[in-house]
Amino acid sequence: MDVIAQGVGKVFTDPDADKARAFFRKKSRKMENKLMTVKAAVEKYVHDGDYLCIGGFGANRIPAAVCHEILRQGRKKMAFAGHTSTHDFQILCAGEVFNRLDIAYIVGLEARGLSANARKYMESGKVEVSEWTNYSLSVRFKAAAAGVSFYPSRNIMGTDTFQFSGAKIIACPFTGTKYAAMPAIYPDVSAIHVHEADIYGNCRVRGITVSDFDVARASKHLIITCERLISNEEIRRDPSLTVIPYWCVDAVCEVPYGSYPGNMLGEYFSDEEHLREWLKVEENPEEFKKFLDKNIYSCKDHFEYVEKNGGLHKMQMLRQKEMMFIGARA
Amino acid sequence: MADYNVMELMICTAARELEDGASVGVGTGAPCAAAMLSQKTHSPNLTILFEAGGAAPLIPEMPISVGDSRTTWKAVMASGMCEIMEAACRGLLDYTFLGGAQIDMYGNINSTRIGPDHQKPKVRFPGSGGANDFASFCWRMMVMTPQDPKRFAEKCQFITTPGWLQGGDSRAKSGLPLGAGPYRIITNMAVMDFEPESKRMRIIAINPGYSEKDVQTNCGFELLKAKKIVENKPPTKHELTILREQVDPYRYVIGR
Repeated sequence: MDVIAQGVGKVFTDPDADKARAFFRKKSRKMENKLMTVKAAVEKYVHDGDYLCIGGFGANRIPAAVCHEILRQGRKKMAFAGHTSTHDFQILCAGEVFNRLDIAYIVGLEARGLSANARKYMESGKVEVSEWTNYSLSVRFKAAAAGVSFYPSRNIMGTDTFQFSGAKIIACPFTGTKYAAMPAIYPDVSAIHVHEADIYGNCRVRGITVSDFDVARASKHLIITCERLISNEEIRRDPSLTVIPYWCVDAVCEVPYGSYPGNMLGEYFSDEEHLREWLKVEENPEEFKKFLDKNIYSCKDHFEYVEKNGGLHKMQMLRQKEMMFIGARA
Repeated sequence: MADYNVMELMICTAARELEDGASVGVGTGAPCAAAMLSQKTHSPNLTILFEAGGAAPLIPEMPISVGDSRTTWKAVMASGMCEIMEAACRGLLDYTFLGGAQIDMYGNINSTRIGPDHQKPKVRFPGSGGANDFASFCWRMMVMTPQDPKRFAEKCQFITTPGWLQGGDSRAKSGLPLGAGPYRIITNMAVMDFEPESKRMRIIAINPGYSEKDVQTNCGFELLKAKKIVENKPPTKHELTILREQVDPYRYVIGR
């Protein structure tokens, strides 16, 4: 197939479908107990240099506990998919965890403003970047989930986003229409927070799915954190509710309030006060260091972080916000 | 002095562009306010979609994130990024609203960086997010932004999101879906469209209290002028009441 044009950005992962098949051939299909702590899961499945993807949408249904643990264990030189990333990106920048980055959306927290520390890191020259878009990264995961090496899409052509991407423009063999060929991403490891899972990793999710179902299937290793463990009998009672099957999953960690300070649909709203504090404190590097020590490095787990920031009283208030008993910005 | 502010004027102007029965992909802030206002006034059957997956919600209050739970409140579906963008790529999305650090005369937008070195930018912005996707796929892309000569730049330092690219038929040749592109630029001073042949930005309406000269002075490139430039209608009492009491009672957007 002729390549009509191509971007100068690097492709940080190998899109080769047969190499991915060779990996998945060896991956366990045993339906076995995968329950472990977040600490153990990160020790076992997240390594320096790995390509990492974080599920959810920035500050909505994010595996915050895994992000914090990655910092505590001092992972470095990772590659990261900056796909709909906001608060998760902010956390990973605080630990300077990655040095290669696929960019769709970074450094901002949407309407809340920009992260001073994330910007500083991205303006330091320490991170090698390729530009993409949210949908581009979605289809790169979709390609991997389908076990193919690329996906044709009709965006980004004609722009600098294409010029600085690793995409290639090709023509359709049937119609001649131009497409941007998006190379598959098979992440080494991903983490996704869900509402319910059994000990084998069969998962249920409420609300928007972003790209998580494709990310789950594309990933070589997958850590699931869940609000609640449920029984395998409950999963089998209504299999139509299962959105991620056990064979995609390597670790299951029960982490109530696991998306905190992010939003979790039907459970609790985002802690806007705490997110504002993050953004504010980042403007002063010394204060930020103290803040990180308090909220991440000195915490033994997610419960300690939640307790330091208002505990169950705070969770009750965020639940009332989620249920619209009080306004989101109250 | 009129009893409305420029944000209220821009939101009301934008809301009028969304006709009943249309579909719109929106982000947080002013675009969401415009879509909500439109739905509560003349477009009860406006379909509002969020890139993260929220589809046709009855938005109870202004969302903070395009993926937060307000975007699926009483929605018809909680879907995902591909569901929304694929619908747009199939040609089902009529409108989108975008913004950015720079916009040029062809409606191209920069939300990526300032400075020449891509690996070490002087200023790093968030990047495309879903903006390039929506601008590539939605039939009519609109921008709502305050106007100044730095933002309305002769040349974007980085084209994150496609407008009419280099003008003329350059967008059609690029491979992007045919017939889609920038439609309206709504500022605190004026409303612009794009001249059909050259695809250059053109003044079509001026807001009360501003002149053609103000609009040109606050723009970093030469604007074309429509044969007939009208005065943009100020917000009606009805629009302002709905906007202030139902859409944004805490003035998160209109208080800016």
